[in-house]
Amino acid sequence: MSRGPMPGPRGGGRQMYSGAKLDTATAARVLTYLKPYRIRMIFVVICILVSSLASVASSLFMRGLIDDYIAPLLLEASPVYTGLLQAITTMACIFAAGIFSSYFYNRTMAVVAQNILKDVRDQMFEHMQTLPVSYFDQRTHGEVMSHYTNDTDTLRQMISQSLPNLFSSVISMAAVFVSMIHLSIWLTLVTLAFTGLVLIIMKKLAGKSSTYFVKQQESLADINGYIEEMINGLKVVKVFCHEEKAQENFDEKNESLRDSWTRANILANIIMPLMGNLGYVLYVVIAIVGGFMGIAGVPNLSVMGEPTVTLGTIASFLILSRNFINPITQVSQQLNSVIMAMAGASRIFKLLDEPGEEDHGTVTLVNAHKAEDGTLTECKEHTGTWAWKDGEELVEVRGKINLTEVDFGYVDDVMVLHDITVYAEPGQKVALVGATGAGKTTITNLINRFYDIDDGKILYDGIEINRIRKEDLRRSLGVVLQDVNLFTGTVMENIRYGKLDATDEECIAAAKLVNADGFIRMLPKGYNTILEGDGSGLSQGQRQLISIARAAVADPPVMILDEATSSIDTRTESIVQRGMDNLMHGRTVFVIAHRLSTVQNSDVIMVMENGRIIERGDHNRLIEEKGKYYQLYMGAFELE
Amino acid sequence: MIKKLAKYVGKYKKYAIMTPIQVILETFLEISIPLIMADLIDKGIDAGDMGVITKYGSILLFVAFLAMLFGVGAGRTAPMGSAGFAKNLREAMFSKVQGYSFTSIDKFSTGSIVTRLTTDVTNVQQAFQMITRIAIRAPFMLIFALGAAFTINAKLALVFVTVLPVLGIGIFLIMSRVHPIFEKVFRTYDRLNNVVQENLYGMRVVKSFNRQDYETEKFTDISGSIYKDFSKAEKTMAFMGPIMQFSMYTCVLLIAWFGARMIVASGNNELLGLTTGQLMSMITYTTQILMSLMMISMIFMMMIMARASARRIVEILDEESEIQNPAEPVFEVADGSVDFENVSFRYARELDDDPDDEDGDNAPETEAPTKKVLKNINIHIKSGQTVGILGGTGSSKSSLVQLIPRLYDVTEGCVKVGGVDVRDYDIETLRNQVAMVLQKNVLFSGTIKENLRWGNEHATDEEIRHACHVACADEFIDKFEDGYDTYIEQGGANVSGGQKQRLCIARALLKKPKILILDDSTSAVDMKTDAIIRQAFAEEMADTTKIIIAQRIASVQDSDLIIVLDDGKIEGMGTHDELMVSSKIYREVYDSQNKVTEDEKGGADNE
Repeated sequence: MSRGPMPGPRGGGRQMYSGAKLDTATAARVLTYLKPYRIRMIFVVICILVSSLASVASSLFMRGLIDDYIAPLLLEASPVYTGLLQAITTMACIFAAGIFSSYFYNRTMAVVAQNILKDVRDQMFEHMQTLPVSYFDQRTHGEVMSHYTNDTDTLRQMISQSLPNLFSSVISMAAVFVSMIHLSIWLTLVTLAFTGLVLIIMKKLAGKSSTYFVKQQESLADINGYIEEMINGLKVVKVFCHEEKAQENFDEKNESLRDSWTRANILANIIMPLMGNLGYVLYVVIAIVGGFMGIAGVPNLSVMGEPTVTLGTIASFLILSRNFINPITQVSQQLNSVIMAMAGASRIFKLLDEPGEEDHGTVTLVNAHKAEDGTLTECKEHTGTWAWKDGEELVEVRGKINLTEVDFGYVDDVMVLHDITVYAEPGQKVALVGATGAGKTTITNLINRFYDIDDGKILYDGIEINRIRKEDLRRSLGVVLQDVNLFTGTVMENIRYGKLDATDEECIAAAKLVNADGFIRMLPKGYNTILEGDGSGLSQGQRQLISIARAAVADPPVMILDEATSSIDTRTESIVQRGMDNLMHGRTVFVIAHRLSTVQNSDVIMVMENGRIIERGDHNRLIEEKGKYYQLYMGAFELE
Repeated sequence: MIKKLAKYVGKYKKYAIMTPIQVILETFLEISIPLIMADLIDKGIDAGDMGVITKYGSILLFVAFLAMLFGVGAGRTAPMGSAGFAKNLREAMFSKVQGYSFTSIDKFSTGSIVTRLTTDVTNVQQAFQMITRIAIRAPFMLIFALGAAFTINAKLALVFVTVLPVLGIGIFLIMSRVHPIFEKVFRTYDRLNNVVQENLYGMRVVKSFNRQDYETEKFTDISGSIYKDFSKAEKTMAFMGPIMQFSMYTCVLLIAWFGARMIVASGNNELLGLTTGQLMSMITYTTQILMSLMMISMIFMMMIMARASARRIVEILDEESEIQNPAEPVFEVADGSVDFENVSFRYARELDDDPDDEDGDNAPETEAPTKKVLKNINIHIKSGQTVGILGGTGSSKSSLVQLIPRLYDVTEGCVKVGGVDVRDYDIETLRNQVAMVLQKNVLFSGTIKENLRWGNEHATDEEIRHACHVACADEFIDKFEDGYDTYIEQGGANVSGGQKQRLCIARALLKKPKILILDDSTSAVDMKTDAIIRQAFAEEMADTTKIIIAQRIASVQDSDLIIVLDDGKIEGMGTHDELMVSSKIYREVYDSQNKVTEDEKGGADNE
């Protein structure tokens, strides 16, 4: 079943025929997924056995029909059909058993496959949630997405279709083989020799076909990439009257895709007619050899020990030989799909084996009640006071964050932060200013432990942050990022994302606090307006306001605002800014901005360059110093 | 719809015709094979005549060989036809899309155009191949096999007549039950993918808010519903095989029973009734007849799926660009003067999903008639003037300037360039003289030089260097290891926003246009560089009309003319000093951007 439009043009990339060997370790692991269904699997195996045998029985039946019933009956003057009727009734029963078992195994396998797929998907997603941010830095979204689409799809195909078919084909072949030796060993040898020939031809074709499929896949990826790029830049193409040129390049890629597609598919297409008709050659060979043996009375060698080749024997053998050779094509196709599924499975397992974020933190964040004398007691309800719980000891969360001589690099030996020391006192607004790549965002990534520092120390209210449980650490930090990510759902749900048990009133209050209430009420359905595709119906400023409201409802003691207003025009910014000022009140705030107007009123401004802090101080002091900040402020330098 | 698509088979028509012909021949031969087999058994093996066995054996081999030839032939021509068809289709679509007006691009959205050009074409291509091969083969197989069966023995063939409808109804019932479930599952799949995608994009948000469990639950819900629906569909689908087997076994048993009696009654004589060989052929036909019925139903399913893709493709092909070259176009742009005369403009569709457009601010309204985004605009710009345009989000600044190179056509009034209505120009001539740097600008994968040459294919290195100098791009290009040969990744991912903007400006400059429009094109460039660029414009391009949309007052302060837009109307027009007196909005913006100057002298904010 084709999956319909794939998300993203590259997501549709089909795996190619691969000549790769079966990966046994992966296969064994796939089998462990079948383990919970052990009993059902045994049942399935029996059912497949019965159903395959029933189909073999049907070809054997023809022999019996002609030799045991029709031939003798022909000799009788007044034929009595009771024996035949009995035989047919017996066959009907065998067939019925075959039909029922075939239904049962089809049904069971389909359900088991769905069960396993659900497990695999859920496991993948759950595990994905635990993966560190660095995992996603190294991969494109398309890559990760394809685990959920292509890879699971091949797995489904394999479990619900390929495996049973493969098994039943092999059983049929085995049963047919046994029947063949029963009838005649000589003719069986002829069949086997012929089968070998067929296999050789097929292998050759399949090998060739796989190289063409690789080529086809490459051309397809190439043209899809080109289409994506050109369509995304279509307005630019038009502004520059570049249509003809684009079409020229496109035609070239298009022709090469046509070529490779044709080649790959021709080979795939001709296998069937080739094999099918080669089967007739076998048919004729057997008819001639068998006929010769029958007529010449060559002694037959068979398990059943019939002395000569009878008409019935040849007739049956003819059918059997076809039944023997036909599954071979099937098996080869199923094997291909199994190999593809294994490749998919190994990619899935690789995701599942990826180590998750490590967290050895034990300190937790709790609600606390502060008595007159300053002693803290833990409590369940929200009090507005938070405490770090370190063993039995409670430390009030005040939002004091100290970075001391921190070094960090995303990859080994390329340090992006050097010797960073920042003291943020409770309630202070700390600004980080500097060009793109200076390391501003990196600092915040370290505070919420998206990455771990290489050297130095980060203390949060005097506690080393890697002693704090990541979940609690992040709960205490509110983050508003430049790239706003909203989720499909209503505006209300998006705000509630900050605090899942927030009431509607709380959400609205948060929206009011950050000046988002006004525009939300103007939306067609107010707070119940459904946002789709990352809130694409809203302007950048509106989306940003919702994300600020989302942070506000969480009400964290520390906020990190990373370029939260830089993609908003100045008029809208003033509204957003007022919202943020409301939010920042009384909290420790880290602000990253390249509009200096947003950071002027900070308590401390850190000017960063190449991963180092080169100036620090408040606005007035930095202006007096007449250093980099002063130059930036006067517009003499460029920030990017 | 099919007729419309069929014409794209074009020069591959011969393959498209040869395939079914070969398939029909192959099928015919395949059906005749069991007949030959019957003779081989009856007259050869049964009679013990080696000569006859060899004779019929040779005939059989010959026929099988022919069948193979045709089969292989069809296997070759089918992909040649379908790949050729797909190629033509893709080419036609791409070329069509290249000719789209901005209105049409907005209508489809880029993502959907990409899907139509990729996935949908592939679907149709597969379907086309299926149709020319299997869809021809299956019905012919059914007819031929039935025909052969009736020639052998009409009475016995009646077995098929009774069993076939049963199978047909069975398949139909299964299909009609399963189809809607699959449709639903595919939609659920989209939801599942959507959750994964949102999580990938919003990974940091999820982690910051500790919403891993919440997201997992959301995902598990959807994967659970896929499980439920899919299992339901698969349980029904599981009847397919058994129903097929049931029909087949029934036929086999009935044929065996009646056949045996006929053989016995006739004494194994062909003329009187039936022979053993013929009985065997009947059994072979059973498989072929029933299989082809199953094939037909599968093809039916596939056609339904391909139909949706075909419809989406036809939509692309049917879209007519409303911006067409006039019958007698003007090929000469006299000068860079621009006149808006009573211009009103509305978009064909509310641009609510286009975040790069100024009007992204509009509340999403569905089905509502679009409102005019520009109302009664009258502007007269002299050649060589510098014009600044200011206005808040949603004030239609972009819409205004996009009318000049005729990216959209006015709804009322007219826009004149060089004294001639833009609709009277040859479009290419017009756009070559009106260079526009779009707000959401794009660089393409290729070297910097290649990108810049978009502006002028034949630009010399000297010209390129000069354009970059004017756009202040040379300073960073020179720092790159590979200089002008630095490779730009798709979408310009490896240059910063400010660098990208300056490259885009340089690219536009290379056109040496009479009119240059910058739509908020220096927003990521710092104040100082911005000023240098404007200075360079004034010096180097005195004759070029420069229209600059900006957020910063400083960027437009020195312009000959500043236009303040508000909600699609001109709120104020004049020089800086005039507007400080006459325009409330201008004053407001000025104050908000210059409030720092109250305690500090000098610049505004730094971007």
